[in-house]
Amino acid sequence: MHSTLRVGLVALAAISMAACGGKKEGADAAAGKPEAKVLFVYNWSDYIGETTIADFEAKTGIKVTYDVFDSNEVLETKLLAGRTGYDVVVPSASFLERQIKAGVFLKLDKSKLPNLVNMDPDIMARVALHDPGNEHSINYLWGTTGIGYNPDKVKAALGTDTIDSWAAIFEPGNAAKLAKCGLSVLDAPSEVIDSALIYLGRDPNSESLEDLKAAEELLVKVRPHVKYFHSSQYINDLATGEICVALGWSGDVLQARDRGAEAATPVNVAYAVPKEGAISWFDMLAIPADAPHPDNAHQFINFIMEPEVAAGITDYVAFANGNAASFELISEDVRNDVSVYPTDEVKKKLHPHLAESQEYSRELNRAWTRVRTGQ
Amino acid sequence: MRLAELRAWIRALGTWRWASHRLRGWRQGGRTAVMGVPTLWLLLFFLVPFIIVFKISVSDARLGMPPYEPLFTWAQAQVMQLKLNFANYAFLFEDALYRNAYLNSVVTAGISTLICLLIGYPMAYGIARSKPAWRNLLLLLVMLPFWTSFLLRVYAWIGLLRTDGVINKALMFLGLDEPLVMLQTNFAVYLGIVYSYLPFMILPLYTAIERLDLTLLEAAADLGCKPTKAFLRITVPLTKGGIIAGCMLVFIPAVGEFVIPALLGGPDSLMIGRVLWEEFFNNRDWPVASAVAIAMLLLLVIPIMIFQRAQGARAGAHR
Repeated sequence: MHSTLRVGLVALAAISMAACGGKKEGADAAAGKPEAKVLFVYNWSDYIGETTIADFEAKTGIKVTYDVFDSNEVLETKLLAGRTGYDVVVPSASFLERQIKAGVFLKLDKSKLPNLVNMDPDIMARVALHDPGNEHSINYLWGTTGIGYNPDKVKAALGTDTIDSWAAIFEPGNAAKLAKCGLSVLDAPSEVIDSALIYLGRDPNSESLEDLKAAEELLVKVRPHVKYFHSSQYINDLATGEICVALGWSGDVLQARDRGAEAATPVNVAYAVPKEGAISWFDMLAIPADAPHPDNAHQFINFIMEPEVAAGITDYVAFANGNAASFELISEDVRNDVSVYPTDEVKKKLHPHLAESQEYSRELNRAWTRVRTGQ
Repeated sequence: MRLAELRAWIRALGTWRWASHRLRGWRQGGRTAVMGVPTLWLLLFFLVPFIIVFKISVSDARLGMPPYEPLFTWAQAQVMQLKLNFANYAFLFEDALYRNAYLNSVVTAGISTLICLLIGYPMAYGIARSKPAWRNLLLLLVMLPFWTSFLLRVYAWIGLLRTDGVINKALMFLGLDEPLVMLQTNFAVYLGIVYSYLPFMILPLYTAIERLDLTLLEAAADLGCKPTKAFLRITVPLTKGGIIAGCMLVFIPAVGEFVIPALLGGPDSLMIGRVLWEEFFNNRDWPVASAVAIAMLLLLVIPIMIFQRAQGARAGAHR
């Protein structure tokens, strides 16, 4: 997570500014005055359309301060500490689920969100597992956790140029062969362990300690062949051919594919959702309970749900959105790309990544530290 | 005439005494003010945060904002309940992870400090013995890296050490067959720490060496002492203050170092800073994270205080 720190520091500076602006506005809102025309948004890095913010400002006259983060943990810690000064934040659903229980978010006022009719009922149902009744959040973008690979190098190592199974990584014999050309794994404990559980044919959301142990034993055998555990470095390394296989997030691998194709000596990169199934994740738009400008925040969320706006974002970042009305407006090469929008058959095999209990979460992170450090 | 003279003397002395008394009073007042600023500083930026962190470390984790239970609760209308939970500290002893991480941090910091001393001493010596005109320039060169952000400098090492980085490209050009794996190894962590903290070693050493009375070394030479022996018996003992100060300035921050192992180290580099991060961000267990922080502080500060006191006592005995 090398950029976590950098983004964290930037965000810290931004927060102190936001907090200063926020206090006064909050007082205004409490006194029943109309909100000032400002909005503070906190989103993932490289995760919005090129003109989305400018278009919103032009349409509503609301001035947006846009800050970025690149780790759910950093966002969560800020939200739990309270008074972030942000009006719209974008946590992943598994984190949001726990944050709702902690009382972090405002209930959405659906009368202010007429564009809800555009949303895809299937996606709404999937995220309702995390946010019952879709009361606190709207899906922004979603994707899967699968395998990114370099077909040319994989052919040299494994004798085939297509990967369609988790066995490529989780079978120690295969991992040993891939070690020579470079195998990387996300430094995201729950998603890697859940993926291992899916490969083992077990329920990734069982919270069973026996399952956890089985996953840990599997990962310990693969561990010696892993070049590094990191959640963003693999994008660049896949694109330059420094590694040949990465357990990674769909959109990031597709970003690597684009960068690789643009390189002076092009590098091929492909993405696969393994046939055993995979974890799907959803990033959600939500409003903190202490947001200084909740009304503007509703306007922003409603704006994001405009079909043209959602399509523009997906076109630019190559992540799927949960907006059914936008589908026809997305450029063809993105919407027909099964790496972005999986087929219905693959969709059936996608598991949600539900929030863990505090106790299981500690066991899971402890197991991860054992895998990572051998201690 | 004599009487008048005497009276004048008494008056003068009296006024003088009064004035000197007043002056002493001012001086004492001044001393209080001078001592007061650092004391206030310590209270505000050390004691208050320490108490806040300690308070969190003895509470229970919960799902909420903030993610820990309040320490004081109103049990009935007027009865205040104080709940202290030391289980978080007990937990640190149950799992070998924390002990190993702590020991590993101390060893890493210790080795880095030693390397800093071995590199820093000759450099400080060279600067202190160079022509006065050169000294300021050389010192400026030591401090120059501080003009860029620490984070940027660590990032720069990533570019240098990568498998397809600058160093490997140069080595391959010179005829090396396979690129060296340097990034994400313990070697890179040591390199990063030594590089980042070396100036903190050089500056106090320079001050100590520069103050050294050269005639002592001349006397030693005149009496037939070999340079190495003179160095060990005169230069090193007389610059001990600088050595200790430099080692402390490197060792203490290196123990809690998080950024360098996170960016340059491999997945198996286990340091207490990283464990602290994981408790705080991954486990969301602020109480255990705070207990790790307090334990680290105590384990670090107490030996250093004992050491300082022993040093002070020895200095007193010499006098």
